[in-house]
Amino acid sequence: MTTTSLTRSRGAGPAGDKVFSGATLAAGCLILAVLFGVALFLVIQAIPALVAPGAEIQGGAGFFAYIWPIVIGTLIAALIALVIATPISIGVALFISHFAPRRLASGLGYVIDLLAAIPSVVYGAWGAAFLAKEISPAYNWLASNMGWLPIFQGPASATGKTILTAGIVLAVMVLPIITSLTREIFLQTPKLHEEAALALGATRWEMIKMTVLPFGRPGIISAVMLGLGRALGETMAVALVLSSGALTASLIQSGNQTIAAEIALNFPEASGLKVSTLIAAGLVLFLITLAVNIVARWIISRHKEFSGAN
Amino acid sequence: MKAHFGRHAAIAVIAAGALALSACGSDNATGTAPAGNGTSAGPKVTGTLTGIGSSAQGAAMDAWKTSFAAANQGATVQYSPDGSGAGRKALLDGSAQFGGSDAYLKDDEYATSQKTCGPDGALNIPVYISPIAIAFNLPGLTELKLDAPTVAKIFRGEIATWNDASIAALNPGVTLPDLKVTPVNRSDDSGTTTNFTDYLAAAAPEVWTDKASGVWPATLQGENAKGTSGVVKTVTDTPGAVTYADDSAVSGKLGVAQIKVGETFTKISADAAAKAVDAGKPVEGRSANDLSIKLDRKTSAEGAYPVVLVSFHIVCSTYASQETVDLVKAFETYVVSEEGQKAAADAAKSAPLSAELQDKALKTIESIKVKS
Repeated sequence: MTTTSLTRSRGAGPAGDKVFSGATLAAGCLILAVLFGVALFLVIQAIPALVAPGAEIQGGAGFFAYIWPIVIGTLIAALIALVIATPISIGVALFISHFAPRRLASGLGYVIDLLAAIPSVVYGAWGAAFLAKEISPAYNWLASNMGWLPIFQGPASATGKTILTAGIVLAVMVLPIITSLTREIFLQTPKLHEEAALALGATRWEMIKMTVLPFGRPGIISAVMLGLGRALGETMAVALVLSSGALTASLIQSGNQTIAAEIALNFPEASGLKVSTLIAAGLVLFLITLAVNIVARWIISRHKEFSGAN
Repeated sequence: MKAHFGRHAAIAVIAAGALALSACGSDNATGTAPAGNGTSAGPKVTGTLTGIGSSAQGAAMDAWKTSFAAANQGATVQYSPDGSGAGRKALLDGSAQFGGSDAYLKDDEYATSQKTCGPDGALNIPVYISPIAIAFNLPGLTELKLDAPTVAKIFRGEIATWNDASIAALNPGVTLPDLKVTPVNRSDDSGTTTNFTDYLAAAAPEVWTDKASGVWPATLQGENAKGTSGVVKTVTDTPGAVTYADDSAVSGKLGVAQIKVGETFTKISADAAAKAVDAGKPVEGRSANDLSIKLDRKTSAEGAYPVVLVSFHIVCSTYASQETVDLVKAFETYVVSEEGQKAAADAAKSAPLSAELQDKALKTIESIKVKS
């Protein structure tokens, strides 16, 4: 009875279905076409740099000698951002979803979402004008006390505009993305699982460990990957904060560069082969992002069976 | 979940695009253009003049085009600050009527211009002179005397502290602090860097072994920051830091170095910069009216300040239509006029052209004619 009345309730019927499926198909195709168009543009514009004799590329040693230090720099900056932001984000999300009083939770969630709305150039200006200056004494301390670690090797930068500072700024920028996604996922943990864990005598932390985190694992990974995407592609903040230079192992000296910042800094005055080189660098970043997304999808699909949702 | 991703991604894409656009515009947003009072010489002209070129001229160009449009109803000038190289290329392939460039045309570019612009080729007119200050942050010190080799050593990171013997020898009687030297350069490709490194390469060749380039040599250790405002801010925040920047942007507690020219030390000023430009030599192999200036960075002319950026407008010696000729002449006449140079000085704090150079520029502009 109920089923028949439901199927008959809409007059549009099969026609509506067709229009709707056509519209979604068009949307799906459009996004593929845009992606393909971007990739095609990048490849065509990048070819001159890829085939040019090495001596004509900036640095004089060919495109790959030019690109690999900034690929590593990009990955270092993104990695620092994720190492800092992931635990904090998960902590904040758990606090909002399971610990905070309801009124505080909604307020806090709102503030976190607001962080995501701040333009990156503002973060960059903050990082360059305030954070770098304030954090440089800490770098001096690191250099003198932990300098035996290659990543904290001195002498520390006097301006504080290092890849570590850039990573911290990026961490603040990806924090709201990871937090709001993981919060939504933690809230979806089946209440029955949680109550069952508590009924078995689990403490709140044990309950979270047994139910919330396993259920949320694929979501956490997706959130982190989305954060990674932002960190990899972030341009203005890094361009403003980082005092770029050659590839350096030490995180507290000036040096290193990211692809996005390299493009932004050099594009305005570039011409000829230089433009091709920068676009080829953009192509490399595009491929890195694609690879990251594929790996993320693969991890998520592998972990589906453990999620506890089914 | 999927829907969420899509939406976030879309927002991210739009936001990134908007940022990229706004970032492009942020380069030259200093000063406002004074309204022209219509006293520019010559008859009123109409039409649209298109130029592409140096972003160093951006702020001055904003002032020029506003005043010019105000004085000539119906005439507009469009200028796209895409870079010096793009400006020269656009003039040569005919997609722009004039190019703005921090360097005059190279010899092969001049040869190409003879095809586009007629037998006399393109004309380089110096329109924008900006002295580059060597600014430092040393508590209690506002002046310092330096010579080219010392400056080169400082920026190569070969001098560790400010009380180094080579600096002390140039500054007898000054108590120099035992502070780490932190050279700060531009992280973006810029004409200021080109001219600064050109000065160092010419005046201190035994120390500065790199070629002049808009991109700071990657092998050198040192700090950097984006744009003139970025380097000035970084140096202001860091005791012991030193940078090179357009003189107009240097203020506050930063000290500015005097440069050794010949046997004396020259203080930076608009006059001293103009004097250095006057001491430059015309480039050989160009048409009689061309004003390409090869700056003599090693000049020993008294009172000249050779660390200076000269930016050119590159125009054709002949154009296809009378209308374009009138428009180019009217605009360039305004740009090199007293009034135009003052507008640039107000908007971008550039140094006005000397009277001598102004006369030469006017003569060059007068020679532009219709293709026969």
